[in-house]
Amino acid sequence: MSTNEQPGRLSAEEVRRVATLCHVGVSDDEVEQLRGEMAKLVAEVSVLQAIDTSAVEPTGHAVEGVHTVMRDDEPAEPMGLEDVLSNAPLREGDYFRVRAVME
Amino acid sequence: MAADAHYMSVRQMSDALRARELSAVELADAHLRRIDAVDGSLGAYLARTPELARQQAAAADAALAKGDGGPLMGVPMQLKDNMATRGVVTTCASRMLETYVPPYDAAVTGALADAGAVLLGKGNMDEYAMGSSNETSAFKPVHNPWDLERVPGGSSGGPAAAVAAGLAPYALGSDTGGSIRQPAALCGVVGLKPTYGLVSRYGLIAFASSLDQIGPLTRTVEDAALVLNAIAGHDRRDSTSIGAPTPDYTRGLEDGVRGLRVGVVSELFGEGIDPEVARVTRDAIAQLEALGADVDWDVSLPTSRASLAVYYVLAPSECSANLARYDGVKYGYADQGERGLMAALEATRRDGFGAEVKRRILMGTYALSAGYYDAYYKKAQQVRTLIRREFDEAFERLDVLVTPTSPTVAFKLGEIVDPIVMHANDVCTVPANVAGLPGISVPCGFVDDLPVGMQLIGPHLSEATLLRTAHAYEQATGWHDVHPAL
Repeated sequence: MSTNEQPGRLSAEEVRRVATLCHVGVSDDEVEQLRGEMAKLVAEVSVLQAIDTSAVEPTGHAVEGVHTVMRDDEPAEPMGLEDVLSNAPLREGDYFRVRAVME
Repeated sequence: MAADAHYMSVRQMSDALRARELSAVELADAHLRRIDAVDGSLGAYLARTPELARQQAAAADAALAKGDGGPLMGVPMQLKDNMATRGVVTTCASRMLETYVPPYDAAVTGALADAGAVLLGKGNMDEYAMGSSNETSAFKPVHNPWDLERVPGGSSGGPAAAVAAGLAPYALGSDTGGSIRQPAALCGVVGLKPTYGLVSRYGLIAFASSLDQIGPLTRTVEDAALVLNAIAGHDRRDSTSIGAPTPDYTRGLEDGVRGLRVGVVSELFGEGIDPEVARVTRDAIAQLEALGADVDWDVSLPTSRASLAVYYVLAPSECSANLARYDGVKYGYADQGERGLMAALEATRRDGFGAEVKRRILMGTYALSAGYYDAYYKKAQQVRTLIRREFDEAFERLDVLVTPTSPTVAFKLGEIVDPIVMHANDVCTVPANVAGLPGISVPCGFVDDLPVGMQLIGPHLSEATLLRTAHAYEQATGWHDVHPAL
């Protein structure tokens, strides 16, 4: 247990760990606010723990006959290059430009 | 053209166009003028597309002159701003997509264009469809046409307000946890969430893929059937699209409810439901009974109460996966201040998303992260199975289940700030999403001069039954003829 854990609040470390996992930058103020908010959201869904689900299969899609399936591999006209690149924030020729990976 | 042409139904507009009593261009212009006059106080539109509308209307007039086209030919409409429109900015009411111009059309955009629809503009909404009041829109809130100090509901607040105020005869919304039905109820219009997979999600900007479904908001039930006819059906570009054949949803609308087995979900008339909303909804069910329906007034679905918790695990989890694509590289907002890849990525997502969206991404990431997956995500999927079974059992002896659509009438802008309190608005609507069931909200009266909606839920692919039931009620009561004073 981390040093700043309090009842009704996640630890600041936990909030930062999650923010790092989903690549969302958070300020110190936001972390403070999220500690309480996320704890409340976790408490909101904790009622599920009281429901007996032993031997119950999970449901991904709720409608019979709906499965994520691979479609047939048929050749088709792809989207044009200019369309693909039309919203690129940074472009270099026919490429998306990305920021430096190594700093 | 009559001064109140903007409150004609889709069917009436279609008949008038066919009879050459008015032209599609005149109809589009009348709506564009009304949007200019009224939308400043509503905020139902994010983008307006007058040039495209006149172009599509002129093409529709040409088709009508030749006797071509179905009932939507030349009739204007609005699309919620999470449906891709080629060449027309599609923002999802987010800074992240403020300048995004899709290079393709959503399946529904294409289907409606093929049917001769005229696009008036894009509907305001909660950012990424995450919200129940339309207040999370990054650009502006929507005001309820019945009381401008109140919310229209959400996330399809723009579509609901536009249809209620005569700024479009119909609109398409999307419904992940109630986002068509709840705003429809709060604005006094009809809102239909079809069976999961009935309408293609291709080109619908994803929020929670196992729950999202597109459907119509209209002023009459018949109009909802007309619009559903144009958008339902299999689409190979959506891998969860149902292959089932689709009927003509307007057939059998007049068949009435005699002998229809209706169940009243007792859990959704008690705790957490405003007593006046419950009373008005019960009166509406009594009306169905008077029309010949066979009503069981006390049907218990105990597990359905857990739907809210299931939803608030599954929806954020799926959202965290879907919104991982916003990396500031291929499209969307991109931070320009940071030099390194990872720092730029974090800054892009920090500044591009609003607070509610970020909270859901974090919550979903938490629920999916190592050590919590079984306790939250898998557990929620298992309870989802139990909820589905409970509905299946109920539908062995019942045709339709009834609840209020929303636990309260429209609340004031800024009144609800606690996310947990806001979530409670979805208590009546999320069960249908969790179980993939179709649901319709139909206006059923007023409390304190604000509209109340009755929700009908049926088994998978029972849209025709829901529409027939809602139509019978609507025709017997006439709430659809009452409009806000705007």
